[in-house]
Amino acid sequence: MHLIPCPYCGERPQDEFHYRGDATVKRPAPDAGEQAFYDYVYTRANPRGWHDEWWQHYAGCRQWIRVRRNTLTHAVAASAGPADALPEATP
Amino acid sequence: MPARPERMTDRYSAWRLLKESLSGNRGWKPAWRKPEPKASYDVIIVGGGGHGLATAHYLASVHGITNVAVVEKGPIGLGNGGRNTTIVRSNYGLPSNTRFYEHSLKLWEGLEQDLNYNVMMSQRGVLNLFHSDSQRDIAARRGNSMRIQGVDAELLDREAVRSVAPFIELDNPMFPIFGGLMQRRGGTARHDAVIWGFARAADRRGVDIIEHCEVTGIRREAGRVTGVETTRGFIGAKKVGVAVAGNTSRLATMAGLSLPVESHLLQAFVSEAIKPMIDGVVTFGAGHFYISQSDKGGLVFGGDLDGYNSYSQRGNLPVVEHLLGAAVSMIPALSRLRVLRQWAGIMDMTMDSSPFICKTPIDGLYFNGGWCYGGFKATPGSGWCFAHTIARNEPHAFNADLTIDRFRDGRMIDERGAGPNPWAQ
Repeated sequence: MHLIPCPYCGERPQDEFHYRGDATVKRPAPDAGEQAFYDYVYTRANPRGWHDEWWQHYAGCRQWIRVRRNTLTHAVAASAGPADALPEATP
Repeated sequence: MPARPERMTDRYSAWRLLKESLSGNRGWKPAWRKPEPKASYDVIIVGGGGHGLATAHYLASVHGITNVAVVEKGPIGLGNGGRNTTIVRSNYGLPSNTRFYEHSLKLWEGLEQDLNYNVMMSQRGVLNLFHSDSQRDIAARRGNSMRIQGVDAELLDREAVRSVAPFIELDNPMFPIFGGLMQRRGGTARHDAVIWGFARAADRRGVDIIEHCEVTGIRREAGRVTGVETTRGFIGAKKVGVAVAGNTSRLATMAGLSLPVESHLLQAFVSEAIKPMIDGVVTFGAGHFYISQSDKGGLVFGGDLDGYNSYSQRGNLPVVEHLLGAAVSMIPALSRLRVLRQWAGIMDMTMDSSPFICKTPIDGLYFNGGWCYGGFKATPGSGWCFAHTIARNEPHAFNADLTIDRFRDGRMIDERGAGPNPWAQ
């Protein structure tokens, strides 16, 4: 079971959250072109290691939060509110 | 090119069994060799799972290409080839999927003779239950789509479900069972035997199976592949086929490509062994749960993805709880059984839940992946189509729609219609 540190509620069990996907993809500007939108919708880095992702604390504060989680070890390094940035890098 | 004949010594048969048993069983040989890698090959297949080994077998047996190596980072068959729930079926609704999976099912039906190996293919039927009028309409539509394409499908009412699967609770207050869609030609096969059978058949035609040889890079020159860097040195190749579902993104990164794929966990379970109870495969329609019984007697079952990106090969408890809840809703008698083992495999989840077997922008580099939940039943069909694509440098009609470009072109094969969210497929 993952324990996810919600910036608002503290450490809560994984089944209070919905996974909402890769938080590194950003919606391109409307005139960015087809390739940029293709990458935004479909292309994923899918790293084996640290991954910045969205989780929604649906059974808690209902906020979307950013979580940096390791896809190989399931360790969680950091979390942040939706408008806040995660730390630069996790070793 | 004519297919090179397989070596006829070492053939398994009743006569051979008798002969060996009378001579102290000293004549059996390992089912495949442990060769050192050569400097170069015509084709290198990356990944010694079912799909990679099947590709090597069909390259040799159908296309006569025998200067082939299968390289695998560990021992063969320890990835999803050894972690699946052994189900074989072709009950899809969309023509691109039905065409491909039905071809695969037909190969399963003759696989033991083709491989000279008992893969314990057992066509005991796959039954998808439905729990409402609208679910029945959807099941009927899928069944009709299958029958139009020449695949067997049968709509069963409640009483027919009772007669084929008397252990199911038909009157669950929340999820009463209205009936089921049955594919009688579906069933199960012994997953490890499929790996061993393809490995042995490929080896007998001269394919080198190189275990403990991890690919660390894909060498290219002028837009063309020239070989693979491995933990046992560089191996040259005219063509490289990648069949490493679960880790396809990592290999794609080595070739400078990005894919519409995420890696997710799928768990499976086996109970303690009991006397024969469940004849075929049964799937629950009101939650993600399916079950069958192995020949050893253990009940084999699985369900939904864990739902977040992972390469860890171990699942988590929320899914266990959901899945066992669905199990007991469908078959209350299961509450008395104990789970013996639980494990997880890494799925290549694509953005439309369908796979790809295709060329890439790099000449001589081919990709096979994105199998989502459906890799095991695809094993022979995947190898057959991948071998064709590699040998001819063009897809067969069976896999022509299974490209990576389909996302760009708006030709998704979205069997479930869940949108570009891999964890929701």
